[in-house]
Amino acid sequence: MSGLILEHVTKQFGTFTAVSDVNLSVADGSFVCLLGPSGCGKTTLMRMIAGLDLPTGGSIRLSGTDITQVPTHKRDLGMVFQSLALFPHLTVGENIAYSLRIRGADKDAQKKRVDELLAMIHLPGFADRSVSKLSGGQRQRVAIARALAISPKLFLLDEPLSALDAKLREAMQVELRQLQQRLGITTIVVTHDQREAMTMADTVVVMNGGEIRQAAAPVDIYRRPADSFVADFIGQTNLLPFETDSAGQAAVLGTSIEGFAPLAGSTKGMLSVRPEDVQLVPAGNGAIPAKVTFVRDLGGTIETFVEAGGQQVIAVSSPRNRPEVQVGQTVGIKLDPATSVVLPK
Amino acid sequence: MRREPPQRLGDYGPLFFPAGMLTLFFVVPFATMIAVSFFQREQGGFYTPAFVLDNYARFLSLFFGKVLGFSLFLAVAVAIACVVVGVPFTYLLARSARKMQIAWLVALLSILSLSEVMIGFAWSTLFSRTAGITNLFVWLGLMSQAQALTPSFGAVMTAMTYQAFPYTVLVLYPALVRLDPTLAEAARTLGASPVKAFFTVVVPALRNTILATLIMVFIFALGSYLLPQLLGRPQHWTLSVLITDQAIYQSNMPFAAAMAVFLVLVSLALVGLAVYAGQQKEAK
Amino acid sequence: MTALRRLLFFVVGLFLALPLIVVAGVSINQRQTLAFPPQGFSLAWYGQIFTNPEWRNALVASLTLAATSALLALLIALPLAWFLWRRLAPWANIFQLLGVAPFTLPPVITALGLLTFWATTGLYGQAWTAAISHGIFFVTLPLVTLSLGFSAIDRSLVEAAATMGADDRTIFRTVVLPLILPYIVSGYAFAFVLSLNEYIVAYMTVGFTMETLPIKIFNALRYGYTPTMASVTVLFLVIAAVIFGLVARFGDLPKLLGALSEDK
Repeated sequence: MSGLILEHVTKQFGTFTAVSDVNLSVADGSFVCLLGPSGCGKTTLMRMIAGLDLPTGGSIRLSGTDITQVPTHKRDLGMVFQSLALFPHLTVGENIAYSLRIRGADKDAQKKRVDELLAMIHLPGFADRSVSKLSGGQRQRVAIARALAISPKLFLLDEPLSALDAKLREAMQVELRQLQQRLGITTIVVTHDQREAMTMADTVVVMNGGEIRQAAAPVDIYRRPADSFVADFIGQTNLLPFETDSAGQAAVLGTSIEGFAPLAGSTKGMLSVRPEDVQLVPAGNGAIPAKVTFVRDLGGTIETFVEAGGQQVIAVSSPRNRPEVQVGQTVGIKLDPATSVVLPK
Repeated sequence: MRREPPQRLGDYGPLFFPAGMLTLFFVVPFATMIAVSFFQREQGGFYTPAFVLDNYARFLSLFFGKVLGFSLFLAVAVAIACVVVGVPFTYLLARSARKMQIAWLVALLSILSLSEVMIGFAWSTLFSRTAGITNLFVWLGLMSQAQALTPSFGAVMTAMTYQAFPYTVLVLYPALVRLDPTLAEAARTLGASPVKAFFTVVVPALRNTILATLIMVFIFALGSYLLPQLLGRPQHWTLSVLITDQAIYQSNMPFAAAMAVFLVLVSLALVGLAVYAGQQKEAK
Repeated sequence: MTALRRLLFFVVGLFLALPLIVVAGVSINQRQTLAFPPQGFSLAWYGQIFTNPEWRNALVASLTLAATSALLALLIALPLAWFLWRRLAPWANIFQLLGVAPFTLPPVITALGLLTFWATTGLYGQAWTAAISHGIFFVTLPLVTLSLGFSAIDRSLVEAAATMGADDRTIFRTVVLPLILPYIVSGYAFAFVLSLNEYIVAYMTVGFTMETLPIKIFNALRYGYTPTMASVTVLFLVIAAVIFGLVARFGDLPKLLGALSEDK
């Protein structure tokens, strides 16, 4: 079987479980982002894929071969580190040629490949520069080129763009995705930035507490989160608890509304409603009564904070549909069952 | 790279040579010295294996008490002199331009590495009648006739301070370079003059560093083995001089060894104290 | 503050320079007298170091001892510092402690320990015992600089090399060694200069069979003055200044002396 397959992968440091029973299958040529807050186990998982840490349980297979115990240097990987880890004592060209040099490639082949890669990252003629003389974005590209020098089976990146400023980071995200599609290389990126994950990935793997909470396409992660952690972590959301009475009528924020049912076998649930799906309407008429507490006009969007049933709810509108409300005004909010997601409590 | 405990025997490989050398040529000699300190001394400079406390019993004499007392007093005096000048000096050095710092560091290292023999020779020349500083005073009209300033306590003290000063600065340097410069600046904005800021903010913030440095310099001064002998009178001899004298010239190895063991204990206790003071600093 | 700094630097500088100025002055006296200011001018006393067989032998002995003992100190310190950096073995810190101890304790202790040891083993007086004695005595210097050097290496560089296919041996050769080289050189330089100047350990181990320059000067101090003592002192000072100057020129001296060592 092809691709990268993780089965029951577990890593314990003493009594602390960093990664717990992870199962994941990465198809050849796909782009996967491991996403989660710091300490969620995403970096440890990547380090185990790279062989920098060994799992305490489970197995890792790459293209049908069990590599769980194979030392890092025999895995034919390319990896970009958070610190980039460019060798300060080598030039740009020598950094890129490192993996070829230690494999005994001849000088001409090394030079040819270095020139190819420098052209690919738009830094032709940089071979003899010192890495300390490069800008942040240039260092980034060199680290990527260095990792791709041997055309690895697996391309790993650990928070690769975290050192760049916001604008450059966004540009690099697009560039990295285009590069990956052009080369068709199986790629895994660790990030804590959900925008970054959404921009680049075929599959986003959301992790928390050492476990995978959901692995799906970016749109599905956003539209159909598996649980309230995922819903809350990806984008902004309103998490509203609700319950049904004996007659099966659902109540949200203290108001009975139609069209919602909890998951089978439960009378309680959690509703995830994206701010752009919260409709502000005049009070009454079956709408949930709410009071405006704050309005934030960001130019491109307007966020209206209201209080309903003792909880804060955020509604986002575009300037075209600017809600004409004042702080302190009583309004109503409407929730659409089609765009709301029912999650287990 | 994750640091992992060594697993296979091969992982211990790099340790074999250093561990073996340090054990054979430091631990074993140390143990030999301790053993010798209990041996019986024989006439003619030899000793026979035994277990006697005679060598330690000699510590109870008035003579030994005087030597010990003077050694401690001299080391304390040198340590205080070095630290009193060294702290403001190093503070200002650490805030100087980098080039200036490097020039001073090179000079201080060169003097620190200078053989104690040469330091002793240099000062005995400076304090001598024919080539000494007093000739300058005569020339300036401050004195009527050149004279020798050695042997004297002042000469011993001056030369030992000279020897220990570069060491003091190099011990203080890391802590003072790392000292947050905004500390003194904050004091300045609150109305303190630079000198006042130094004494009210910098010195208290460095209290434990200064204490640890005092102890380190004290041990360093305790180790001076030639200067008291070259520049002082017999009553200015320290424990280190006495040990050398007993071992080499009196050929009384067991007694020299016993004194050395005693010196180790004093030093270790003080190192412990210095480490403790250092940790207090970090705990804060 | 600036005026105060100038004053303090001047006074300290004068104090440190004064005896050396006098020695330098004495070293160029024309006749064999201890006089300052110098009477006449002559570089003959510098020539003496190289032409007089006794002084020349002492110089050769000192240089040989310094070169070999510094090498030995380095050979002990390098694998030890590497092991402590590479492996997680808290108990091995005992060897770090042993390496630092000779330099922290009063030197007469190490000297006496080695004297009793060489006397007991019957090897007392052999020239090579001085090289071992100095090698142990000065192991602290390369050990400290190398520990500093290793701690300055970003561990992800080692991991990066591994992901690119380098095994442990290749990583050491292509990544670790080039990065640690400046610290190896400065550790050796420190040990070399200090061994050159060391008196008590050399005196207690081989003092009666071999004369290093410090021993020779000490003996000369006891048995009669010659300006060659002064010229040797100046020569040694210049050697030390040149070596430390080179270390500063090609390395980061403030960092080596601990300016950044604890920002881990």
